[in-house]
Amino acid sequence: MASKHGRQAKEQAVTNLLKCTRLDREEISLLIDRFSDLCQKEEGKLHRLEFRDELNRFFNITDDILMDRVFRAFDKKSSGTLKVEDYVQGIGKFLNGTIEDHVQLCFDAYDLNNDNYISREEMFQLLKSCLVKAPTEEDPDELVKELVEIVMKKMDKDHDGRVSLPDFRAAVEEEKLMLEALGKCLPDEKCKLTFQEMLRMSGGRYSSANSVSISEQRDKNARRNQKGHQQKTMIF
Amino acid sequence: MGQTLQRAAQWTTATDGHSGKLEFSSLNEDLLNTVLNFAEGPSGKSPEEGKLVFKKPLTWTTALKPSAFSGSGYIEKGTSVVSEATSPKDACPLLELSGNKLSVLSLEQAENVLRVAGDRKMVELRACLEENKDPVANMLGDRFATVDGADNSIFRYHEEITKEIELLSKQSDESEEKKRELEEKKLVLSLRLKLLRLDEHMLNASIIKITNDVRLNPKIVDGEVTVLKQVSGEDNNRYALQFINYFGENYVYQNGCRAQPWRQLNGDICYLVIKCFDVDHPLYVTANTSGYYLNKGPSKEKSGQLEYERPDSDTYRELVTMIKAKSPHFAEMISKQEFNVKQTKDRDFHLAVAQDDDQDLETTARSEHHQHHYQSKEQTQQGDKDRKKTQPTRTKLEPSLKWKNLSLDDEQRSHKSDRKPTKKASNIHETRSRSTKTPLAEQEDHFSESSTESEEEEEAIERRPEANADLPSEYWQIQKLVKYLKGGNQTATIIALCSLRDFNLTQETCQLAIRDVGGLEVLINLLDTDEVKCKIGALKILKEISRNTQIRRAIADLGGLQTMVKILRDQDKDLKCLAAETIANVAKFRRARRTVRQHGGIKRLVHLLDCVKLNSTVMTPEMEMSVEVARCGALALWSCSKSKKNKEAMRKAGAIPLLAKLLKSEHENMLIPVVGTLQECASEPSYGLAIRTEGMIEDLVKNLKSSNQELQMHCAAAIFKCAEEKETRDLVRQYGGLDPLVGLLSSGTDDKQLLAAATGAIWKCSISPENVQRFQELKAIDMLVGLLHNQPEEVLVNVVGALGELAKDPPNRMAIRKAGGISPLVNLLTGTNQALLVNVTRAVGQCAEEPDNMIIIDKLDGVRLLWSLLKNQNRDVQASAAWAICPCIENAKDAGEMVRSFVGGLELIVSLLKSEDKEVLAAVCAAIANIAKDEENLAVITDHGVVPMLAKLTHTTDDKLRRHLAEAIARCCNWGNNRISFGKERAVAPLVRYLKSKDENVHRSTARALFQLSKNPENCITMHEAGVVKPLIKMVGSRDEDLQESSAGCIGNIRRLALANEKARYS
Repeated sequence: MASKHGRQAKEQAVTNLLKCTRLDREEISLLIDRFSDLCQKEEGKLHRLEFRDELNRFFNITDDILMDRVFRAFDKKSSGTLKVEDYVQGIGKFLNGTIEDHVQLCFDAYDLNNDNYISREEMFQLLKSCLVKAPTEEDPDELVKELVEIVMKKMDKDHDGRVSLPDFRAAVEEEKLMLEALGKCLPDEKCKLTFQEMLRMSGGRYSSANSVSISEQRDKNARRNQKGHQQKTMIF
Repeated sequence: MGQTLQRAAQWTTATDGHSGKLEFSSLNEDLLNTVLNFAEGPSGKSPEEGKLVFKKPLTWTTALKPSAFSGSGYIEKGTSVVSEATSPKDACPLLELSGNKLSVLSLEQAENVLRVAGDRKMVELRACLEENKDPVANMLGDRFATVDGADNSIFRYHEEITKEIELLSKQSDESEEKKRELEEKKLVLSLRLKLLRLDEHMLNASIIKITNDVRLNPKIVDGEVTVLKQVSGEDNNRYALQFINYFGENYVYQNGCRAQPWRQLNGDICYLVIKCFDVDHPLYVTANTSGYYLNKGPSKEKSGQLEYERPDSDTYRELVTMIKAKSPHFAEMISKQEFNVKQTKDRDFHLAVAQDDDQDLETTARSEHHQHHYQSKEQTQQGDKDRKKTQPTRTKLEPSLKWKNLSLDDEQRSHKSDRKPTKKASNIHETRSRSTKTPLAEQEDHFSESSTESEEEEEAIERRPEANADLPSEYWQIQKLVKYLKGGNQTATIIALCSLRDFNLTQETCQLAIRDVGGLEVLINLLDTDEVKCKIGALKILKEISRNTQIRRAIADLGGLQTMVKILRDQDKDLKCLAAETIANVAKFRRARRTVRQHGGIKRLVHLLDCVKLNSTVMTPEMEMSVEVARCGALALWSCSKSKKNKEAMRKAGAIPLLAKLLKSEHENMLIPVVGTLQECASEPSYGLAIRTEGMIEDLVKNLKSSNQELQMHCAAAIFKCAEEKETRDLVRQYGGLDPLVGLLSSGTDDKQLLAAATGAIWKCSISPENVQRFQELKAIDMLVGLLHNQPEEVLVNVVGALGELAKDPPNRMAIRKAGGISPLVNLLTGTNQALLVNVTRAVGQCAEEPDNMIIIDKLDGVRLLWSLLKNQNRDVQASAAWAICPCIENAKDAGEMVRSFVGGLELIVSLLKSEDKEVLAAVCAAIANIAKDEENLAVITDHGVVPMLAKLTHTTDDKLRRHLAEAIARCCNWGNNRISFGKERAVAPLVRYLKSKDENVHRSTARALFQLSKNPENCITMHEAGVVKPLIKMVGSRDEDLQESSAGCIGNIRRLALANEKARYS
């Protein structure tokens, strides 16, 4: 790894990536190191499961469908694995992206069949599991359908029964909160900070000691979230 | 049945230490029978209900022997017996008899006991009820205990059960135990309902019984007679009766009876003569306590006496029934219900009717009593026909909801209108009276309000749409969305929040709908979670709906403020902004402001003000954001700054320099909350000083020139409040603030608040003579005089205040006259606003210094108006009026004659010397000094005892009072033997002490008084003893010629006395 050739190649990669991300040199370098640490199965290629693990651990994205969808959004060439460029660019958007980057990423994630439109069916698929407490008398599917209609009403600007990227963009411009209206696929500020901290602390190295502390942290996060949610539900 | 046992059943008074016994009356017998039927018979009880275990056993002393329970199901243990059946919970036997104490834990067992008791069951039941006065509480728990007034326990219980059922159905896999518990609760409810029905049944039965026993009394009789008098007259087509009258002398005894005392012993109340159209001879009726019956008519032997025996045995409970029986015509007319009613002058009978009804139904609630009053009042206004329908039959006197509402509304309305005038009363008066009005607990923040607007908000009445009114479609849509909020994860929550925002949240229906479907709780709960987006979404909604006063209260009640204060420390700036803005909305009432302070919110809000740079040329979005945070912080502080303690907290948190920095901003939306806060706080002296020293006056003046009226208004108000200090006034002038202030007057704005603030600032600024100069140049007087017409009182107070200050400069007095200001000023003397009166009297007083003005004032009868203001309750008004009177007397022609023409005026002003207020006393002394110039008036006030009253005041240490008091004494010496009287009242020695005062004015008037007094030798001796010579000699050396002269005169008098004394000794 530490060979001269390797270092040169890395320098080259960093310079290339510098052009197409909003990250600085150091961050890119750290991310590249991080990438090679993550690739346990096959060098230079990050597999889906490994990436999912990462998403789950640091970015608090837990929905199965959406984790896969984010993977696909990162995987520009649809090769089934992530290259180092894919990873760095994707994470770069995560950490430092513009609103437009985020809109594109979320839209790609929500557009399950990659036909450049989000249809009612896709929305249903995405929102299916979001009613935690099944209300008593009503059919849960009905409730989800109504929810889909609410979203449709807000997003479908041209009233063609499906949401295109311009529709989505307009809706987000109107109300920023709509960006993740169909499920969480971006990290929040706290996760970003934790991740960046982790990168800097470990130099991208994925040491076991670190992983413990991080996973602890995550556990804590999870517990806190849970608690928050419990609090929420308890009162109803 | 608890109610019946407590109210209807007749208890003997408990004399033997323990609970009372049930009387052996037929009423009680009936009650017991009903209860017995219920306990024994099946009467709708289900077997489950019978088995329901009581919360506490019913225990009583029984006459039953253990042996009686010999059947199966009971175990005999010596002298005690227990049942085999036990309660499932703690295995307690359901029946236990030990000694003569019997405890029963279920209805089934109670039934058993009654069966076993056989024909003695009544005795057992009686004992049971006597010892357990509230059996329902024992059986079903204390929550159902019989209480007075509205009993909601059943409803609450019902709600609880429904809730649990809901819960249970949701958690379908819950344990069996819960279900059982629920079943039991249902049982309890159904049993309770049955008992309630029993209770009702018994109450009704007893009411019927009781009414049968009610006896006549004079009031009832009078009532009936009065009613019948109305339907009697000569025309048999129109009236039901020819006449009805009392028989005998028209003497009414103290107990209301008209019958002779010896007949009263027989129960007679009065005697009536009734003439019907179709009965030949008049009917003579005896009204006895047992009812109405016919008597034999006037006695032939003794005139004016009746034959009291009754010819037949018929006794009627009502007079109407009786006449109906005797006269078909009457009965017909009554049923036709068409005849005239004489207008009556005596309206008292309505009351009588009402009371009469009350007695018929002892158990009717008090509220009904009121209704009767309202109803009967209403009846007098109704047409004749209606009256006929309701009164003689009396069936229509049932309570109707409509009347109830009407009466309540009326009460509220009158209550409101009572309060309004007090609110309008001046602030001075309010703060004084408040301390006595409010309970101690409330006092904490009471004095801290700087604006009355918040006060009004406290009283905002909850306006709820009627329960059965149609709900708007938004209501249901909002309910749906709130359901998603409750039951969804963050994604669904965010969708629901965004969708909620699409409603018109400024509409009250939507705001209240969110609250009514329980949305507020969820929104506030969301603030407690970790989801930033949810928090933002929730706050965006809360920010909008918190414009509604009811929502504000609800948010505060749900603890929303505490959470929002916590959020103020969040990293996310959006969140901080929203939280601060919401706090700004919620903290519009006192309790909320206190909550914010108590949870450290003030400190955090002040921290928000600290933003990097305001007006740098390049603004990154981040910098703009931090400016926005500061703006929101200022908004919240503005709301909070209405409480005194919050102002203090803000100052301690270092808000002033931060506000000073923000004041340099160029944006109106930033400046308005900042200046608003400053304006609110400026009433505190510490802020006033800080505003000057932090250099904020310059910015305030700059913003006076802004084009935004609201901003101008707040700036002017801030200057108004700060300009009590001379330095501030000077600064305003130096920064050129006077011109824009006057400019605001001429802008012809309709904004009354702006006018009030601007005129207020002018008022305070014109306290400095230099400023008066500038105002003169700007021709402010003409504009101010123009504002004396058609302005609200807030503006008038300040306008008149300003005129009063400006009129201290003589040329301005003329200017006011020339601008035509005198007449409106004098007219304002008839007002009631006390703050305004203080200013008007001052202004009129200043104007009166000019003789030409005085002519106009006199013509307008202004002095009389001033004089009558001496009677005002407010001391400030009294003092100010008395001051104003002085120049009037000085400058009026024939002042003495004018003063004498006020009837009782001199007596009034002398009586004000009893006031406790120093300012009033000083003013009155000054006025008296002026009055006393006229000899005749001096004679009158001497008669009113002015001398001893002035003498009593001489012990004061207040220099202002001393000065005018000495002046008054000096002037009053000129009549009769007043000099001697002052000496006798010991006024001389204290006066000598005045010479030690540091005030030159005191010296002058004191010297004058001493000179006058020294014309009496006795006084000279007293003065000399008090050591007057030394200070007087010093004063002879004064530069003030007046003082020199009177001091010298006084010394001369003393010396002359000494010489005469010597001469007398040696000659």
